[in-house]
Amino acid sequence: MRSFTAGPDLPATADPAPLLTLNGLVKRHADPSGELRTVVDSFDLTVPPGEFCVLIGPTGCGKSTVLSMICGTTRPSDGRILADGAVLAGTDPRTGFVFQTDAVFPWKTVLANVAAGPRFRGAGKKESAQRARDWIRRVGLSGFEEHFPYQLSGGMRKRVALAQTMINGPRILLLDEPFSGLDAQTRQIMSGELLGLWESLRATVVMVTHDLEEAIALADRVVVLTAGPASVKKEFVIDLPRPRRIQEIRFHPRFAELHEEIWSTLSDEVQIAYARSTAAG
Amino acid sequence: MPVPQQQAEITAPAPVPGPPQRGRSRSGENTPRWVVLTLQIGLLVVLLGSWQVLADTKTIDTFFFGSPTGTWDQLISWIQHGTPPGPLQDQIWVTFQEALIGFVIGVALGVFCGVLLARNALLARVFKVYIGVMNSVPRIVLGSVFVIWFGLGLKSKVALVVVLVFFSVFFNAFQGARDVDRGLESNARILGASRTEVMLHVVLPSTFTWIIASLRIAFGLAITGAVVGELIGATQGLGLLIYEAQGNFDPDGVYAALIITTVLALVAEGLITLLERRALRWRPQHLNLGSEP
Repeated sequence: MRSFTAGPDLPATADPAPLLTLNGLVKRHADPSGELRTVVDSFDLTVPPGEFCVLIGPTGCGKSTVLSMICGTTRPSDGRILADGAVLAGTDPRTGFVFQTDAVFPWKTVLANVAAGPRFRGAGKKESAQRARDWIRRVGLSGFEEHFPYQLSGGMRKRVALAQTMINGPRILLLDEPFSGLDAQTRQIMSGELLGLWESLRATVVMVTHDLEEAIALADRVVVLTAGPASVKKEFVIDLPRPRRIQEIRFHPRFAELHEEIWSTLSDEVQIAYARSTAAG
Repeated sequence: MPVPQQQAEITAPAPVPGPPQRGRSRSGENTPRWVVLTLQIGLLVVLLGSWQVLADTKTIDTFFFGSPTGTWDQLISWIQHGTPPGPLQDQIWVTFQEALIGFVIGVALGVFCGVLLARNALLARVFKVYIGVMNSVPRIVLGSVFVIWFGLGLKSKVALVVVLVFFSVFFNAFQGARDVDRGLESNARILGASRTEVMLHVVLPSTFTWIIASLRIAFGLAITGAVVGELIGATQGLGLLIYEAQGNFDPDGVYAALIITTVLALVAEGLITLLERRALRWRPQHLNLGSEP
């Protein structure tokens, strides 16, 4: 399979990726019965500039809520989110978010979808289309500019979503289980291409997943979360060499060690979450 | 009234180009199209023919029930010699104009109010009871009020059409604007969209898929509204032709006016279907032809 072709280097004016700090984040929701439920509790995390950080935890532990607080669509009940020491409030132009579900606009063509970001940010029609074409080429979708999302496969729609986010040149890139719903092979290919994009973009990345292999293959650091309310249980530095090739890194001897090490921590939480979900019916 | 019923039932399903059949196969599903068409025309001929025979043999009284040839003659006479209130095309144009103006205003108001209430919980709660009550009023009766308010001309008919169209569009727009995918909205905001842009690029397109389904029904209502408005009181229009024919105990005149009205509605429906195809080309084809929930 083709991989993403590196595009023009970042413009010299691009801000460096910021240091991301989460300070005692708390999120409480009122559940349907009106009772307050803590989803995220005293969450502390520091992500150095340009690091690829993966949060991993059992299903439903509140990890997606952490991401939506960082991107500004959910307001934390308590605590602060800082980018280079300055409070990050609301949706920030430096932030990009790739959704778990399909969030491309079904009524826009591939070109219009990818060009949406620059258009919203005030770029001209021509310039936006030109940049969009470039990004469509970089994610390997040349020739599909005038297609509508329903005419594309799940993997191709994911590429559109990536291009749509990347075209804005995010300095903080948030990924919420971006490849869930894709088959195993497509997942691997997309992970590899994501790595390529990240290497050319040099953004600070926070990604959420519940796939440990994916986490180790991609990350500089894997953060294991507790089984709801989400807080940081333990952090693991992934000292695998870069640049990595996703298909091969799994056979690195260190990969198996890390997998075992992290799994021993993660499995407890997975079991707690599982016991809860079966107890709840 | 036997004829208009038959006319409507026979012509209504025909223009729909059979949607690709999905699911279980029923008997007759594989019958070629020309056979179906032949059967449809045959049925029409049999029904009209037997009616004509009944009329010719004086089994039924043509004074009350009219006859197909009588209706045809009436149509030809209107086309050649004009109608009592004026040339036929003028009557058609008057009715069409009333329906179209009312339709456009009604749709615009319906979409505006539907989206506004869907996006504003307080307004929705305040207006909920009023909308419910207004929806329960037999709205066609408002035509009488509008004649008093606006007189016998265009305005009273347009007002009636607006009222009829508004509600049919409003509920769809309301539902559609509430149904907007939150993820798409968040995505647009994160990509940098302002509130207006979220409205234009996410909420309205999403609502539109709901509204468009109601437009065809709404245009049918618009024609109904215009004709009924003219029945209540008018100086021009197809409804007036019906009113006068009824007054003269001329069933053929009523049928003839109804046929023209039906053709008008069908043409308009065809135009809306074209618009729908164009506007919804981002959706898989088989979904376009089916009706919305």
